Amino acid sequence: MNVPDGLLYTESHEWIKREAENIRVGITDHAQAELTDVVFVEIPKTGRTADAKEAVAVVESVKAASDIYAPIKGTVVDANKALEANPALINTDPYGEGWIFVLKIDNPDDLKNLKAAAAYKQQIA
Amino acid sequence: MPAEALKTTPLKDEHLKLRAKMVPFGGWLMPVQYSGIVDEHRTVRSAVGIFDISHMGQFVVSGNAARDWLNRILTNNVAKLGVGTGQYTFLLNDRGGVIDDLIVYRTGDEEFFLVVNAARVDEDFDWLQKHKPPHLELRNCSPHFGAVAIQGPRAAEFFRAWRGNDKEPPVRNQIADFTFSDNAISVARTGYTGEDGFEVFFPAEIATELWQDALATGGKFGMKPCGLGARDTLRLEMCYPLNGSDLSPDRNPIEAGLGLFVDLEKQDFIGRPSLLETKTKGARERLIAFKMKEKGPPPRPHYPVFADGNRVGEITSGTLSPSLNIGIGLAYVSAAAAKVGTALEVEIRGQKFPATIEKKPLYKKP
Repeated sequence: MNVPDGLLYTESHEWIKREAENIRVGITDHAQAELTDVVFVEIPKTGRTADAKEAVAVVESVKAASDIYAPIKGTVVDANKALEANPALINTDPYGEGWIFVLKIDNPDDLKNLKAAAAYKQQIA
Repeated sequence: MPAEALKTTPLKDEHLKLRAKMVPFGGWLMPVQYSGIVDEHRTVRSAVGIFDISHMGQFVVSGNAARDWLNRILTNNVAKLGVGTGQYTFLLNDRGGVIDDLIVYRTGDEEFFLVVNAARVDEDFDWLQKHKPPHLELRNCSPHFGAVAIQGPRAAEFFRAWRGNDKEPPVRNQIADFTFSDNAISVARTGYTGEDGFEVFFPAEIATELWQDALATGGKFGMKPCGLGARDTLRLEMCYPLNGSDLSPDRNPIEAGLGLFVDLEKQDFIGRPSLLETKTKGARERLIAFKMKEKGPPPRPHYPVFADGNRVGEITSGTLSPSLNIGIGLAYVSAAAAKVGTALEVEIRGQKFPATIEKKPLYKKP
């Protein structure tokens, strides 16, 4: 499974990419492989606020609906509308075109609660 | 249920070798998918798939007047079965509710082979044991049998290549014995997918050899191993009920729209008075098939269903149909709303999405 080094990760299989005072969030290669066949994504509305570990999006496979959580506290400033027409982007490019939302974070210190690639690799091993 | 308490089929190691994703189902650890639900679904609709169904239960009932006794226990008319033929039927409780749905095959003059749901084996067996006259023999053969379903438009072609061109496969709903590796195997022309196909029952000891051999022969027909995920989407497109979801001890076959498999002309069988009453007074709720009008989140079990703004029922099975590429499902709705063409709304995470009641089956072969 692909676990890129430059990203941060959550226990619930989100990846986090730091972009100045924002973070970009998606689900990991491991998570998409477990779900397979993503058929619907409910993206969050921009402007909504979220606490850490609050469900903000839903990724649905044929079999089940899975909540996607805000990794840390912040405000949604962008969401990937391309997923509405093409939810399978999560399967084909989980770390790229398959991103789900961008969060403007309240406190960069919160990033310390997230996992580095090595720790996430250990979790899914 | 903790993983160690789950039962495993004789094919578990084969599933792991094929990197299947394993999940608990009805007390069993079963493959839910190998290459992916959508891919496996399409394989069965266009070529042929093989499913491990060893978790299902098998009983043999035999003895003098076994047929008459089964006719008082099951809803369909066993007297209509010639030797070598099977029928879909129900085992009901005293209130007419469904204990199980099953296939009964007549394998001899007074010998019958019953194939029941995995999660109901013990309950069915106890019920039959409790009601059977002492002289009849009832055997639970489930632990000794493995089983696979081979399903898809190329199943017959596969079968001839697998068992030899001189061996004619049984016709629809028939069961016949064949040999595999010096063992007797039973082959029925039945299935749960809406495609042509077979269900093969064999001694558990030869499961691995038979599975590998079938996949090796099946390769040139595009055969792939398929899991419970595709089994569920395939059956739901056909509106075949799943016991425990669409059927339950509190629902009878008439409410479920399965009166075709109930012979009310029979003088007496367990549950008959309740079914007659439902038939006369009309069901309060009916199991309908629906299709979402637009692309959106897939309908799922327990989502509420509305008509004209009023809550009329609840979904029992729902998914995204891989063949139709839209959400489909089954729901019990109040009888007044249960008409083909009725506009419904399905509430998903607080938002309502339009749907329409459709004729069954939802999928028809092009």
